[in-house]
Amino acid sequence: MLSPESLTEAQHVLTVCNACRYCEAYCPVFQAMETRTSFARGDVMYLANLCHNCGECLYACQYAPPHEFGINVPRVLAETRLASYEEYCWPAFMSGMFRQNGVAVSLTLAVVSMLALWPLVRSRDAVDDFYAVIPHDVMVGIFGCAGAFVVAALAIGFYRSRGPALSGPASGGPKRPALLDALTLRHLHSSGPDCTSDVDVRTPWRRYFHHCTFYGFALCFASTTVAAMYHVVFGWRAPYAYTSLPVMLGTIGGAGLLIGPLGLLSQRNRRDPKLGDPAQAGLDLSFIVMLLMTSVTGLLLLALRDRGAMPALLVVHLGFVLGLFVTLPYGKFVHGIYRTAALLTFSTEAH
Amino acid sequence: MVSDVAVDIAVLGGGNAGLCAALAARQRGASVLVIEGAPKTFRGGNSRHTRNLRSMHDAPTDLLIDAYTEDEFVTDLVRVTGGRTDEVLARRVVRDSAACPAWIRSFGGRLQPPLKGTLHLDRTNVFFVGGGKALMNSYYAAAERLGIGVMYDAQVTGLDMADGGIRSTSVRQPAAETTITAKAVVLAAGGFESNLDWLKQIWGDAADNFIIRGTPYNTGAVLRMMLDAGAQSVGDPSQFHAVAVDARAPKFDGGIVTRLDCVSLGIVVNRHGERFYDEGEDFWPKRYAIWGRLVAQQPDQIAYSIVDAKSAGLFMPSVFPPMAAASIGELARLLSLSPEALERTVAAFNRAVRPGSFDHSVLDDCRTTGLTPEKTHWARPIDTPPFWGYPLRPGITFTYLGLKVDERARVLMTSGKPAANIYAAGEIMAGNILGQGYVAGVGMTIGTVFGRIAGSEAGARAVA
Repeated sequence: MLSPESLTEAQHVLTVCNACRYCEAYCPVFQAMETRTSFARGDVMYLANLCHNCGECLYACQYAPPHEFGINVPRVLAETRLASYEEYCWPAFMSGMFRQNGVAVSLTLAVVSMLALWPLVRSRDAVDDFYAVIPHDVMVGIFGCAGAFVVAALAIGFYRSRGPALSGPASGGPKRPALLDALTLRHLHSSGPDCTSDVDVRTPWRRYFHHCTFYGFALCFASTTVAAMYHVVFGWRAPYAYTSLPVMLGTIGGAGLLIGPLGLLSQRNRRDPKLGDPAQAGLDLSFIVMLLMTSVTGLLLLALRDRGAMPALLVVHLGFVLGLFVTLPYGKFVHGIYRTAALLTFSTEAH
Repeated sequence: MVSDVAVDIAVLGGGNAGLCAALAARQRGASVLVIEGAPKTFRGGNSRHTRNLRSMHDAPTDLLIDAYTEDEFVTDLVRVTGGRTDEVLARRVVRDSAACPAWIRSFGGRLQPPLKGTLHLDRTNVFFVGGGKALMNSYYAAAERLGIGVMYDAQVTGLDMADGGIRSTSVRQPAAETTITAKAVVLAAGGFESNLDWLKQIWGDAADNFIIRGTPYNTGAVLRMMLDAGAQSVGDPSQFHAVAVDARAPKFDGGIVTRLDCVSLGIVVNRHGERFYDEGEDFWPKRYAIWGRLVAQQPDQIAYSIVDAKSAGLFMPSVFPPMAAASIGELARLLSLSPEALERTVAAFNRAVRPGSFDHSVLDDCRTTGLTPEKTHWARPIDTPPFWGYPLRPGITFTYLGLKVDERARVLMTSGKPAANIYAAGEIMAGNILGQGYVAGVGMTIGTVFGRIAGSEAGARAVA
């Protein structure tokens, strides 16, 4: 939750920024800020989610620590973002997860999922045919329920993030393609070639690795969806050939989901720690680790699907997928939901 | 322990002019060492608080509209300085200003059209994305790439003069003393505006109430040493550029956010609760620079800007919240003014206001009659609570005293001859061009143009 002290600190920072405005060209945070003369709770959270943490404004700031004003916009907005995740969270009693969601919690959840799936295994020596191990209907039942819950939780969060009465200007109709901005991570490099990791150190890698991760995730999701359609609509049964659409999508997606998180992990360690909120290390790491484990076990499963280890590997993979799924609404994943919501709001604010 | 360093060019000062000089000298092939007085986190002198640069152009550019010709720029300089400008040097600055945007970009600096809310600059000034500190970061990064050395937290403690030039420069850092021998030296160490003792010699105890808007590292040490060594001075030694800033601003380094833009909307009173100048004389961007001096001339160097609820939202938000009260008497108590005096002043003002149609974007017809002094525009009765008050102090931007230079940036000695190997750039010589007054962004133009000239001349001399 955003404590009164944290809100006051964020308001102090935004007030200094709004009286200075040198960073106006960097990103929408400053452009949206300038249309306001005061910053209510909802405004602060909106601006926090609009921030992509590119880092430019910290190094440009004449008031950055050790200046007595102590302005660190990326840090303060990162802290506010975490509070906003908690505030928008559904069901509300789960909001405590954001500060506890470390690697250990996620891995435990994955193992618990594996243990829960293990009794459902029909055949321990099947090869090639995943549904011989866990029947199609069982898989659809489990992941359908988990998926429906995740979608509902995220949709409610999205709705809540759009809910707070913002004191900005009234809607003037879409001005910018917000979804395109979200999909291209435009504001991770809006002011120049790339986002920063230290004073005048700019590389494209953080953005590239994020793209690998996001689009890898999307392709894996597409792979599963296509496979489900093959099964249900066309009655084509797995296993599908290595050259088939679901396997190709899954392989490329899996590779992206391998390279992306590994890259993000290495970029994280190279970034100036001043740019982030150290309290969110567990949140970030657990999401990266779960994505990584999902892709590693998925690719292994594909490579070894005709071996005797397949049933065990399948349970391990599904355990990670299920663990990843149920933590989506209570982990780092939500940043994409709320940032997109903020970009949509920004695009409809009249400038 | 004193260590010795030999280098082609020593640049004293790590702000805009110093970095431009260093980069230009390096481009000539010289080895360069920059001596910066501030620690790394506060590097960049007053340039870290700047945001734009004035640049002439004969046709629209990707950043500036229309044209801003050489003659128009020179005319502006002559006008704001009341003729106290060396026209040869001024014309050089103006002509070379056209190339400044490309120069900045060549080192990774990023530029943009004027910020929103900055009036009347979209023809004349390019803005630095992120402000002057971001530009300094780009210059320092370029300097590092090009192999230019930088000493931080380094105070110049002595200049060893010989043969009409500087033989060596003594530098003290927290844990080191260094004697730097250079073939040529570029002086880019700024004015003396943060030297409170020096200010006191001129202004007496009033200086205790001045706020210094920029870096605390502009002590004028190098300027003093050069004047003592027989360099010719330029600019009025007693004058400084000052604006009215919020009295709650930090003593140093408050920069732009401490300014107050509501003077023309209300009235300004001194500590006796009395008005002392026409708050509506002209548009605020044209008048803000006189209010530093006006406040400096009031008792205890303090004044109070007072507006009512009608003015809310009409001026740039200040970083400090206004003192707010439901009545004038209560506001006076919050500001430690005499309630009777302030009530009397406000009542007299309100009685004198003539009806008119208020429009802050033009010189409107809202004025007072029969008041001393009158308020000639934007005068509206102060009658709608809440009433807001902001305390004002003189905020010093820079001092005018500097070293006289020629067109090649060589420092001129009292003999009339240029020093053998001493060049100057930036605020330390800006008085040649800006004898008084100011026009937005010209400080950075002078620093960039003369930084390049000084670095280039010094570099050429060193590698010859």
